[in-house]
Amino acid sequence: MPASFAPSAADLLRYAPETVLTVAGTLLMVLDPLFAKKSPKLFGHLSIAAFLVAIVAAFQANGAQGLAFSNLLIVDGFATYFRVLVLIIGIVTVLLSYRYLDREQAETGEYHALLLFSVSGQCLMVASNDLMMVFIGLEISSIATYILAGYLRDDKRNNEAALKYFLLGSFATAFMLYGVALIYGATGTTKLDEIRAALLTRGADAWFPMVGIAAALMFVGLAFKVSAAPFQVWAPDVYQGAPAPVSVFMATAPKAAAFAIFLRIFTTAFNQIAGGWEPLVWISALLSMTIGNFAALTQTNLKRMLAYSSIAHAGYVLVALASHSDDGTAGAMFYLAAYALMNLGAFAVVIHISGKGEKHVRIEDLAGLARRQPVTAALLTVFLLSLIGVPLTGGFFGKFYIFRAALQSNLVWLAVLGLLNSAVAAYYYLRLLVVMYMHEPGDVVENLEPLTPGLRAALILPAIGIFYLGVAPGAVLSFAKLSSSFVR
Amino acid sequence: MQNLWLIPALPFLGFLINGILGKKLPKMVINAVAVGSVVLSFLLVLNIWSSGGDLAANPIHQHYFTWIQSGEINIGWDYAVDKLTLIMLMVVTGIGSLIHVYATGYMAHEEGYYRFFAYLNLFMFFMLNLVLGGNYLLLFVGWEGVGLCSYLLIGFYFVKKSASTAGNKAFIVNRIGDFGFSLAMFLIVVNFGTLDFTKVFAAAPGKSTETLTAIALLLLLGATGKSAQIPLYVWLPDAMEGPTPVSALIHAATMVTAGVYMCTRSAVIFTHAPIAMDTVAIVGLATAVFAATIGLTQYDIKKVFAYSTVSQLGYMFLGVGVGAFSAGVWHLVTHAFFKALLFLGAGSVIHACHHEQDMRHMGGLRKYTPVTMAVLACASLAIAGVPGTSGFFSKDAILTAAYGHAPWMFWVGVVTAGMTAFYVWRAFWMTFWGEYRGHGHPHESPWSMLAPLVVLAFLSIAGGFLFNVPKILEGMFPAAEEVPGESMLMGISIAAGLAGIAISYYMYVVNPKLPQRISDGLGGIYRLVYDKYRIDELYDATVVNPVITGSRSLLWKVMDQGVIDGAVNGVGSEAQLAGGWLKMLQSGNIRSYATWVVLGAVCLLILIGVAEGVTR
Repeated sequence: MPASFAPSAADLLRYAPETVLTVAGTLLMVLDPLFAKKSPKLFGHLSIAAFLVAIVAAFQANGAQGLAFSNLLIVDGFATYFRVLVLIIGIVTVLLSYRYLDREQAETGEYHALLLFSVSGQCLMVASNDLMMVFIGLEISSIATYILAGYLRDDKRNNEAALKYFLLGSFATAFMLYGVALIYGATGTTKLDEIRAALLTRGADAWFPMVGIAAALMFVGLAFKVSAAPFQVWAPDVYQGAPAPVSVFMATAPKAAAFAIFLRIFTTAFNQIAGGWEPLVWISALLSMTIGNFAALTQTNLKRMLAYSSIAHAGYVLVALASHSDDGTAGAMFYLAAYALMNLGAFAVVIHISGKGEKHVRIEDLAGLARRQPVTAALLTVFLLSLIGVPLTGGFFGKFYIFRAALQSNLVWLAVLGLLNSAVAAYYYLRLLVVMYMHEPGDVVENLEPLTPGLRAALILPAIGIFYLGVAPGAVLSFAKLSSSFVR
Repeated sequence: MQNLWLIPALPFLGFLINGILGKKLPKMVINAVAVGSVVLSFLLVLNIWSSGGDLAANPIHQHYFTWIQSGEINIGWDYAVDKLTLIMLMVVTGIGSLIHVYATGYMAHEEGYYRFFAYLNLFMFFMLNLVLGGNYLLLFVGWEGVGLCSYLLIGFYFVKKSASTAGNKAFIVNRIGDFGFSLAMFLIVVNFGTLDFTKVFAAAPGKSTETLTAIALLLLLGATGKSAQIPLYVWLPDAMEGPTPVSALIHAATMVTAGVYMCTRSAVIFTHAPIAMDTVAIVGLATAVFAATIGLTQYDIKKVFAYSTVSQLGYMFLGVGVGAFSAGVWHLVTHAFFKALLFLGAGSVIHACHHEQDMRHMGGLRKYTPVTMAVLACASLAIAGVPGTSGFFSKDAILTAAYGHAPWMFWVGVVTAGMTAFYVWRAFWMTFWGEYRGHGHPHESPWSMLAPLVVLAFLSIAGGFLFNVPKILEGMFPAAEEVPGESMLMGISIAAGLAGIAISYYMYVVNPKLPQRISDGLGGIYRLVYDKYRIDELYDATVVNPVITGSRSLLWKVMDQGVIDGAVNGVGSEAQLAGGWLKMLQSGNIRSYATWVVLGAVCLLILIGVAEGVTR
């Protein structure tokens, strides 16, 4: 099919969410000098509005499913699911940033513009049908996040986190790109459906070992982005060092997008060589769960503990990937949504208690929270219970689907070890509950201000979402299940 | 047509009202909401009991909404009531009501009164879900929920460090059991394609023995966690740190019996897995003996009853394991009566002695607390299996069935019964006979506390007649085989119980110097038993500490710091970026992290090469 340079109306519609975000981001940059002094909260409001419009656009685009821009993009249920997910993460991130930026006196249009750009990159990524588009989306998302990680320029920790994230991230991207190059060399195309067709007709053996190496290299790049072991080393440092709203953003949105494209590439393009990559995912899943959970046991810093916990949760999602079935894909999709919500909520509490300059981020700083601010403590309890995987929360169903899918794919040992892992994990989440409910209030809690409206929303919305996913998972799950058929 | 959903919904409503508004409500209203909601549930259950019709032929099954619909699996929010459920409902709401009433008196002066009742009502909600659930998943919701409430309620006295530690222990140990339960559920889903009880049990006989054995053993692991059996019993004695009504309701009468209920509910799976059945019987019997020996030596009145609970739960599992499901459930019911009474009575004693729990500082209380003494005597007679009392019937049914299964099990059970009678009566004599050895002036408890005790005392004595469980459950389970010489066996077990009472009377009333001499004579063995065989220490040394130090040293130091630093030491030192912050972070070195990435990539490349080479 010859490439046409004039995009059709349908193409533009399919690309609408990205357009909305990019335009809004640019607008914020322009408005920055005008409003930065007078009404700094305006930027946040505007970006929330942009995210909301983008969500509407994403649903509109879903009405016109199909390929766009010479088959570079693909809008299907799968893409829509993840677009909406990252957009919601964007909204909650803005909500919990209000308080943080206000406290650090760092409200700028730039911050929100970067957030919008980063999310637009993620939207692009999850709707890519071409490895080059994947790469472009990944870079848009990553570069914006690198800058966000070092947002407070005068803060040493921020600088350190940004530099580490940038250097290691670029390094990992190089692996990814090398993999793309090898694929192109072997099959002559970077389009996912064409790669799949090529591997199907000629057989992967024809290009042995090139395709295998390419898959492994791309695995490295993507595993880095989702902070899966053994490529997780950067995550604790970066999450701990970056501003808390950025940490939670990094732990959720880019991760969800990277997992989405992970699923799309490996189950679509590399379906033929599943025998080769399934063991990799298996090992990586086990390593991530084990390292994440056991290292989290001994942490004293909240952000670092949550970083290790997010490594462990990446491991659970990898279990779903390893099962390599529609149920597994749906399980991963569901879990990523639940995971994003509970992480956002937990970090909102961290932001609440951390104080200016993030001085109070130790676990003991939560001491006695339940007695001074019972509602905050109760909401954090909901998030922790969901992270543990207690029934009636989204976290429980996420795990339930994932391990069921694993067993259905005969990954008995992975399921057993994964469940054991989640039993261990209960311990470190429980520590927070103990400190909150059973210790005498410490100085931090005694001097705590009440919740600001933004933080309150950033706590309540995810909590509602978690209960929704836990009590009535049907709608989200059936959408995920339906979409999972697009990537196989 | 009864609306089953109302039964759990009422306590849940109570939880919401007290939990959200409780801080501002007067005590009267809190009481009315908390007690009223549970009593109403009880009345609803009574209504089913009296008008339910023939539940054996037509169990009630109500489907409210489809919870999960994904592919072939379809899980609904279904409540089902058959006779087994009905018995459990009677126990949970009946005893629950009594204990709620008791708690209004016992907790009257505690801080966080409304919170306590909110948690207690929440517990009722989850417990009722557990027994009403028509599929394993709903049962599991209740299962996890009651565990959570138990954790909250044990740690209720959070100023007490020991209470919060005990709460943690309960939670963590139960996670291990839940791991077994969830794995069993997954196996059921994969093999049966459903979690509905009716469908699973209909299809179970057609499945292979291996599958059913695996499922049954994993369910048993779950049950050992919740019902405090070997090897996961360690949390229950510590759980007695919680307020006494909690010990009575959750850790004696209801939650801890959930494992027995679950195994009985899954009877079809168990009966088709003989190995699992034997395991259940042996675990139950071993726990019964083991916990009874510990009970012989304890001085904390609640600890004595705690180990007694572990031991009696062991009896129930023995019943289930030898195929006498209805006898196991019968003991569950009678035990709920007399053990709730023992705990509540102990609470009354503790109340009387100004929060003293050590029996060495009690004594002579019969003069001060006659009602408490009288009701505790009823409970102690029942647990000792004195003929005519409720405990006698159920215990005898289990022991007879055990004899039919394997005579040695009967004999071990009889010895345990003797020990049980001994330690319960030991506690009785130490508390009520002799001279008062404590401080202050003991006083009798208020009637809000005593009235439930009197009801329970009546049930402890007459409950065996009133609730002839095997008769009620007739036809639900395979009939137990006839055992020859039943009356002789009965005589032996009665004799064992009476002997236990007599010996305790001799040792603690007639000749009070004797126990000291015996324990001195036994020396090390006595210390070992008194220290609960040092099982906690063993677990700490073999499981807990290795995990903690392992993750601290291996993962935290070696992998994050040692390995990386070691591998690229030369590069590391010159590339060290300045700044104190950096040093705090792992090895803090970007190049070493990059090396880590490369190493990982190389490993993966080799791996994918191997894997592909193999599949080629």
